[in-house]
Amino acid sequence: MRLVEHIMGLPVSLEIPSPEPAKLAFGWLREVDHRFSPFRPDSEVCLGTSSPEMTEILALCEEYERRSGGAFRARLPGRPFDPCAVVKGWAVERAARLLRDEGVREFCLNAGGDIVAAGRTWSIGVRHPELADQVCAVFDLRDQAIATSGSYERGEHIIDGRTGRPARGLLSLSVVADDLTTADAVSTAAFAMGEEGIKWAAAQPGCLVFAVDAHRRVRKSGALARMSR
Amino acid sequence: MRRIMVFALFAVAGLVPLLRYQPEAATTGTSAVATAPQQAPAAGSTQVDGSTVDTEFGPYQVRVTFSGSEITDVQIITEPGDRRSQRIASRAAPTLREEALQAQSANIDSVSGATITSEAYAQSLQAALDAKGK
Repeated sequence: MRLVEHIMGLPVSLEIPSPEPAKLAFGWLREVDHRFSPFRPDSEVCLGTSSPEMTEILALCEEYERRSGGAFRARLPGRPFDPCAVVKGWAVERAARLLRDEGVREFCLNAGGDIVAAGRTWSIGVRHPELADQVCAVFDLRDQAIATSGSYERGEHIIDGRTGRPARGLLSLSVVADDLTTADAVSTAAFAMGEEGIKWAAAQPGCLVFAVDAHRRVRKSGALARMSR
Repeated sequence: MRRIMVFALFAVAGLVPLLRYQPEAATTGTSAVATAPQQAPAAGSTQVDGSTVDTEFGPYQVRVTFSGSEITDVQIITEPGDRRSQRIASRAAPTLREEALQAQSANIDSVSGATITSEAYAQSLQAALDAKGK
């Protein structure tokens, strides 16, 4: 069955055999929205609380700032601390873990375009960056995650932390990895880097890349070609 | 006729920067002298090789095909190896359109994309898939 809830301002779709375990996953995502949203003045992000989860989020932000050479930054000059880029992937990966802990083997969890595909082969389309009702690639994923970054949905919201300006080198960049925490953080950081982000993401351990550059050329990791439909 | 060709080759030498993969740098030498005309590739056509032009990336040489005094084709016959591989790589990369045409026919379970808002979701492909899957 297919369940859809709107949490953190995002549509969360879950394909799952029975509805009971889904409540746990949706409940956790709602908790994340309350505790880690930079838009809620009483959230741990705004109050600077040091819970174990907050420590984990801060460590992730620091790791990807370092790995991306500063292209990804959770602290931009003149803006409040915003760990959104890593929180979403991290939170959805945890929701997937809750489902597995409940004994759910087969499921496909999609939170606003970031996906965990578990237990069987799921065919995942990558949205065409210019045509909202079309896909520009289809990959068969099994026990893998995919995250996509682009500026076609919410405008130029990804900032290259090295220049402080919006990232413009790419139309879309997707990363396939074993877990969504990695896929989401690497795709966001790579998109911020622009064209050089394609090579950078491909060099990250366990990551496969599919990118459309500003000239509408498609670049992808060799292994992804074998997973294409 | 020969003077026209020499003049045309000077003009073509000026095109060398445009033919290169990355256009930002200027050439360091732009002189070109016509060599002897090659055998005609087609009736009424003449091919002439320009002399090698040294640029900061390495040597370039063009072959120009004339029909009478009109230039009908310009080919790069010498270029630095790395530029050539770049040019071929960029040509070999499939375009978004080619990829999209291939991808359309497949049945899909879910769609990955840049973070979609709940408002935009209503009209999205994912919403259509979700409605079908319920």
